[in-house]
Amino acid sequence: MLETICYWLVGIGLAFDFFGCLGLVRLPDVYNRAQAATKCVTLGTCMILFGVALGAFGGVSVAMGVKALLCAMFILLTSPVGAHAICRGAYLSGVPLWEGSAEDAFKERAERIREEEIEELGEESGVQREKAQAS
Amino acid sequence: MSPFLQIGFGVLTVAAAMCLYRIARGPSAPDRTVAIDILGTLVVGFCCLMALWTRQDYYMNIAIAWALISFVCTLAMAKFLEGRSYDA
Repeated sequence: MLETICYWLVGIGLAFDFFGCLGLVRLPDVYNRAQAATKCVTLGTCMILFGVALGAFGGVSVAMGVKALLCAMFILLTSPVGAHAICRGAYLSGVPLWEGSAEDAFKERAERIREEEIEELGEESGVQREKAQAS
Repeated sequence: MSPFLQIGFGVLTVAAAMCLYRIARGPSAPDRTVAIDILGTLVVGFCCLMALWTRQDYYMNIAIAWALISFVCTLAMAKFLEGRSYDA
């Protein structure tokens, strides 16, 4: 019984992984690809890990099950953080949205961040100029 | 090896091949970074299937270490894309 549930969970997780990577190939721009691939592959791999944990608790060893649960927890926490950081970096480095995109909620904030960066850069270059004049 | 695990390894290999296609073809650097991140998560799944097949639990150690290193690598690449220095 436990083994059957284990194999079902692993199979569903594999299907999620496959369709997530299909989204990575088929979708039109970075942001679409990142959201499709990250959500599907994170949850798919977590499901595989839960399946392996059930199988391990059922027959192999408790240590393996605990490690699988730990790994699932870790991926569930870190993978969205990584994807969010990449998308933010992609937007700030100037990758355009797909022309069919309906809304751009990050636009104003990104412009403010860019202006702040330009101000900081201006101050830094001013300090360097003063140093050069002093020497 | 049971036929179920054979199919599982096949599916993961096809998914990894699609990630490699996006890494080779991706028009911009963030595309490649996303694909590398996803490839890291797929390798964790691969390690799980290996653990299920061989019934050895050290494959889970590899999976945990791989997830850690993949996360740090992704964050470093994201900071690089944002155009900021690594200490800010």
